[in-house]
Amino acid sequence: MSDFKTLPVEPNLLIEMYRRMLTIRFFEEAIFDVYRKGWMPGLAHLSDGQEATPVGVCMALRPDDTITSTHRGHGHIIAKGGQVEPMMAEVMGKVTGYCRGKGGEMHIADVSLGILGANGIVGGGLGIATGSAFTAKREGKGRVSVAFFGDGAVNQGLWYETANIAVLWKLPLIYVCENNQYTEFTYWKNLTAGEGLVARAQAMGMPGIEVDGNDVVAVYQAARQLVEAARRGEGPATLVCHTIRYGGHHVGDPGTAYRTKEEMDEWRKKDSIQRCERLLVESGIFSPQDIETTRSEIEARIQNAVQKARQDPFPPVEEVSEHVYA
Amino acid sequence: MRELTFAQAIREALDEELARDEKIVLFGEDIGAWGGVFRTTEGLYEKYGPERVIDTPLSEEGYVGMAVGIAMTGMHPVPEIMFGDFITLAMDQIVNQAAKMRYMTGGQVAVPITIRATMGGGRSSGAQHSQSWHAWFAHVPGLKVVVPSTPYDAKGLLKTALRDPNPVLFFEDKVMYHKIKGPVPEEEYLIPFGVADIKREGSDVTIVALSRMVHTALAAAEQLAQEGISAEVIDPRTLTPLDEETLIQSVCKTGGAVIVDEGYQRFGVTAELAAVIAKGAFDYLDAPIERVAAMDVPIPFSPPLEFATIPDEERIIQAVHRVLEGRRPQ
Repeated sequence: MSDFKTLPVEPNLLIEMYRRMLTIRFFEEAIFDVYRKGWMPGLAHLSDGQEATPVGVCMALRPDDTITSTHRGHGHIIAKGGQVEPMMAEVMGKVTGYCRGKGGEMHIADVSLGILGANGIVGGGLGIATGSAFTAKREGKGRVSVAFFGDGAVNQGLWYETANIAVLWKLPLIYVCENNQYTEFTYWKNLTAGEGLVARAQAMGMPGIEVDGNDVVAVYQAARQLVEAARRGEGPATLVCHTIRYGGHHVGDPGTAYRTKEEMDEWRKKDSIQRCERLLVESGIFSPQDIETTRSEIEARIQNAVQKARQDPFPPVEEVSEHVYA
Repeated sequence: MRELTFAQAIREALDEELARDEKIVLFGEDIGAWGGVFRTTEGLYEKYGPERVIDTPLSEEGYVGMAVGIAMTGMHPVPEIMFGDFITLAMDQIVNQAAKMRYMTGGQVAVPITIRATMGGGRSSGAQHSQSWHAWFAHVPGLKVVVPSTPYDAKGLLKTALRDPNPVLFFEDKVMYHKIKGPVPEEEYLIPFGVADIKREGSDVTIVALSRMVHTALAAAEQLAQEGISAEVIDPRTLTPLDEETLIQSVCKTGGAVIVDEGYQRFGVTAELAAVIAKGAFDYLDAPIERVAAMDVPIPFSPPLEFATIPDEERIIQAVHRVLEGRRPQ
């Protein structure tokens, strides 16, 4: 048993990481259930399995730092402080949702929390994140911008264009590539030449780090190092986190046709939440009972959010023409 | 009143607004120290510095995408597309990001961006440097589209764009920059969007024309006057929002309409304006609406070929004659 005094992070920080990761896991499991019951329209792109990456990164951020997210964005939003009740309402298309039902599952935003939006276009948020970094540098308050994107966006031109500008202008921007191994239905190495994004970043003169994206403490420490450098004015950096999504590309794809059981069993052994629970218990921060209590509490909150969102009204049709123009 | 060129009017609008609002920043290729390939930003870099008038790499998607994030975080970026043809490279950022951010967030953000892009042929610049793509953007909800024709309008409309909280596409015909001069008052003025301008009053036929085609239409109207035909020339000035009322009223008065645009005819601006007029002034139309637009071919290089594709006075006059000949007997 290790002592929490030897932990690489403050106990309260680790507890908060755990709570946010658990919230993401239970939120995604609830969405899976909600989707299968036909309670939400559209598609559901879940990120269970990937929790450590957004939480590790966002715990290194200040409230006024901004993030942009992807079509698989629920985890990033919860990690940055997004609330599950308006998220659940949004995915069901209800007027009480974050975007009054106009954004939906792939487009949740809470600008007041610095969440500049999930984005339905692969890599589409990279421009927005770079723009936010430009404003941050102009304001001079040490704010940073984080762009979350997946392994697929590594091959989009927008990354090269914005990375070039961000390096030239020393923008406070962290490119966080969440490599969940599969670009939709295809293994990433079949689609990406060379050694990957860190090598490409370094070719532009940008530092980069690769970490185990299922180890929340490792992600946090790496992110913190890069974020602090960006705050000091040292310019952009790239962080690649290797992880896995347990489900398919979306609910409806079981994710088994292009991945083997053995592969997924190996990833399950590296599960981010189980590792965090072991760390909490072994370091004496939490008892097994504390773990159970936390799980029950978060599970209950999400089930309440589901029930509430179910009862919430859809937006009035008169709203269809609102918010097209300011 | 003093006279300015179209380019000088644009530059003066940028200058005054940069001075008024420190949140405005200009981005573009060679717009800074070089002053812009069309000289529209000349002197602004020296006056406002490299932090406000910013040379970008040749990365249209990158810097237009950045503009979305800059606008969402409280500033007003003004990206310039040197040749409007290159706007294709930034299409996702304009159509899927800028145009939709306010709507998709349920009104959480405004996206004040003024995208300045050139348009137009007539310079033997070839098929990739001569196109007019304003119709594409008028098709997209969430964007506003401005197509000024005179130095006066360009200055007043650009100043309005630079105070508008929405993404605005501002199209400048590059042939007009140094060839078109006109009166511009010294004192400040703004021109609201959605208000068409009657560039010439007339009673026999309405010619609706955009951007540089307003001047072609006015020249045609002058020739028609010598034949005893009185043509009214209407300039919508903005496509989104569109002043439908002024178009309809004019056609109700004249009974005939010719619509002129340098964009392509097929599924283009002329089709939409014709539909607006047909619906609003149907009972007053004495003949089918005529359209004069670019031929539906890539803009050719060789001058006689290029001029054949772009509307000219002769094609407008012929269209007016067809309208008047098609008129039912009273």
